[in-house]
Amino acid sequence: MAFEGLAERLQDTIKKITGKGKVSEQDVKEMTREVRLALLEADVNFKVVKDLIKRIKERAIGQEVMDSLTPGQQVIKVVKDELTDLMGGEHSKIAVAPKPPTVIMMVGLQGAGKTTTSGKLANLLRKKYNRSPLLVACDVYRPAAVDQLETLGKQLNMPVFSQGTDANPVDIAKQAIEEAKENHYDYVIVDTAGRLHVDENLMDELTQMKETVNPDEIFLVVDAMTGQDAVNVAKSFDEQLDISGVVLTKLDGDTRGGAALSIRAVTGKPIKFAGMGEKLDQLEPFHPDRMASRILGMGDVLTLIEKAQTTVDEKQAKELEEKMRTMSFTFEDFLEQMGQVKKMGPLEDLMTMIPGMNKMKGLKNVQIDEKQLDQVEAIVYSMTKEERQQPEIMNASRKKRIAKGSGTSVSQVNRLLKQFNEMKKMMKQMTNMQKGKKAKGFKFPFM
Amino acid sequence: MSFFKKLKSKFIKEETEEVSTKYKKGMKKTRNTFSGRINDLIARYRKVDEDFFEELEEVLITADVGVMTVMDLIDELKMEVKRSNIKETAEVKAVISEKMVELYYGEDEEGLEYLNIQEDDLSVLLVVGVNGVGKTTSIGKLAHQLKQQGKNVVLAAGDTFRAGAIEQLEEWGKRADVEVIKQSEGSDPAAVIYDGIQAAKSRKADVLICDTAGRLQNKVNLMKELSKVKRVIEREIPGAPHEVLIALDATTGQNALSQAKTFSEATNVTGIILTKLDGTAKGGIVLAIRQELDIPVKYVGLGEQIEDLQPFDPHAFVYGLFADMMDEKDESDEDEIVEDE
Ligand SMILES: Nc1nc2c(ncn2[C@@H]2O[C@H](COP(=O)(O)OP(=O)(O)OP(=O)(O)O)[C@@H](O)[C@H]2O)c(=O)[nH]1
Ligand SMILES: [Mg+2]
Repeated sequence: MAFEGLAERLQDTIKKITGKGKVSEQDVKEMTREVRLALLEADVNFKVVKDLIKRIKERAIGQEVMDSLTPGQQVIKVVKDELTDLMGGEHSKIAVAPKPPTVIMMVGLQGAGKTTTSGKLANLLRKKYNRSPLLVACDVYRPAAVDQLETLGKQLNMPVFSQGTDANPVDIAKQAIEEAKENHYDYVIVDTAGRLHVDENLMDELTQMKETVNPDEIFLVVDAMTGQDAVNVAKSFDEQLDISGVVLTKLDGDTRGGAALSIRAVTGKPIKFAGMGEKLDQLEPFHPDRMASRILGMGDVLTLIEKAQTTVDEKQAKELEEKMRTMSFTFEDFLEQMGQVKKMGPLEDLMTMIPGMNKMKGLKNVQIDEKQLDQVEAIVYSMTKEERQQPEIMNASRKKRIAKGSGTSVSQVNRLLKQFNEMKKMMKQMTNMQKGKKAKGFKFPFM
Repeated sequence: MSFFKKLKSKFIKEETEEVSTKYKKGMKKTRNTFSGRINDLIARYRKVDEDFFEELEEVLITADVGVMTVMDLIDELKMEVKRSNIKETAEVKAVISEKMVELYYGEDEEGLEYLNIQEDDLSVLLVVGVNGVGKTTSIGKLAHQLKQQGKNVVLAAGDTFRAGAIEQLEEWGKRADVEVIKQSEGSDPAAVIYDGIQAAKSRKADVLICDTAGRLQNKVNLMKELSKVKRVIEREIPGAPHEVLIALDATTGQNALSQAKTFSEATNVTGIILTKLDGTAKGGIVLAIRQELDIPVKYVGLGEQIEDLQPFDPHAFVYGLFADMMDEKDESDEDEIVEDE
């Protein structure tokens, strides 16, 4: 497919330039051309791209880039800066009404993920903020939408306010708030039916609901895979309802998610949360900076590292980092690591977050065989303590013994030893990257 | 052959060959509708210049056709303009309108949009796609249409995962007045489909349509599950499934290509249902999908009502891509389009 990360594609252009030491206007032009393609391929809106490229060009032809020693990297930095600026800062806060209940309205197109997100949000409010939310089923149009929310309520063991499908959504919302006041719920999350932004009747219904329930937040729920039309959708909803924020769903897919940028550009409203899976605890704060590099196809090293850190506890992480850095990482740490990795969730998910991983032949659609992991574990368990701590002492007879003990072959043992060494090297680079140093083996021009 | 090799050969062929009567017939509709619109557009630009191509590029990219596809297309158009020494925009008409539709058909005959339904035996349709694209709704609409054609239809509630999915399909079953085979939430989808096949067989049904849970195409295990469902169908009925339809949301951007590709790898997709075309999104990515993966669009979804499903019409579709490029819309022209569909 003609779908490569910008990082990969820019390499050629940059290689040419790095030799030169100085960039010409022509070079900048070539590079911005690549950037433009990457943004368009990532589904950033045409007009948004046009404006961005104009700004990037102005800055890139300016002194800051032309005089720098690494102009190629400097251009990418400009691009990332502009993108990050546009994406705005972090905003994962939820409003609190001075007098409870705080009312949140969920709105958006059909199939964007409003109902699931309502459930996730309720879950988050209870878990993280210790609140008691009331879910309200106002989608009376889509068949079984009420059932869906009620089922989610059951799964979460949370109350759902519903009045079937014959009632008027505005009335349902109004009565739900009465109910919340009486029973001291402090949040009311109103799930509304999906609708087209050009459907006047249904958009009017939302305006009416807004006037009636006076919400503290109106979240526009948008599918991360949305294409060029995202601007029209976001603009219409914002103009008619003055939304307070955006929730981007299905970001666990493999889309670049350029819609995020388009929405920010046309509404200026913050993207507050990201849906990262179908499970009810998979709603995460939205990280604008990471989104910027995702859109550019630079992978999500940061997320990977952070994910590792939240799973591995702090102290362990420090020790580990030190070990990685000094390369004193042993097979014992490795065993411990394997345990941690298993806790981090499906390995496939992790792999997709490493930049370039999905580009590598053979690694694409990699299916990590749990059985193979067990074999690896068996091999390590068959090592003596000494061998685990100093793999250098490994010789033919030791290898033979280990193979026998683990029910594998010497070549399997060899392969693991080789992989272990490579992994050590890679880890060293990763810790360096995290510190913002230049990582050699990783050929990414922006580092 | 690649999209643009094909395109090139079309140009060259046309210079040397007589236009066949069939071609003329096939394109008649286009001339009446789409070309008419292109004429309007072209009237606004007297000269075929950079501005003209720039707006064309913008229109196509904004329709989600995909930047690479658009750039290649525009390059070809530019070359053709040079080659044929075209100066007036009026002459570009043939190049844009007819070529795009013809390209869509490629080597195939028209009539790509028909479903492969067996005359006197059970046909099985499997509907797949990512979350929320409109699988279940489209199944309801399709069941209704087939029923109207006198077919005996059975639905299988293969989405056992999403909350309320079974109830949703049951409601569509009621609306279309067809039977729905189901198990409880959380049960094995392959087992539900198996039940569906047995039920369809014993009731001598004409068509069985299988719903499946939405899944993102990068979830390896869920895609494996889907392959398993397909294998169950294959095992139970030789030659089935007769169609594997992927529902694609017209609002989706370039990711739709990756969806079509990955779902094809898992289930060998035979056709597309392009949903939500009643919004402002154009669904231009299906052109790239047709070119790269050779999957045709069978139906388009045009709303949430049971009647809102229509066979795909490339002429109307290509017109839709350019609709925004025309300034004024004329009521009588509008009617003409509807008639043609
Ligand atoms: N406007 C419009 N809405 C549609 C169309 N097709 C489906 N929808 C709506 O899109 C939403 C999702 O449709 P579903 O049929 O539930 O989609 P699905 O693919 O079965 O979803 P999951 O099973 O959850 O993955 C519903 O609100 C439908 O009413 C269409 O052609 N136009
Ligand atoms: Mg469904």
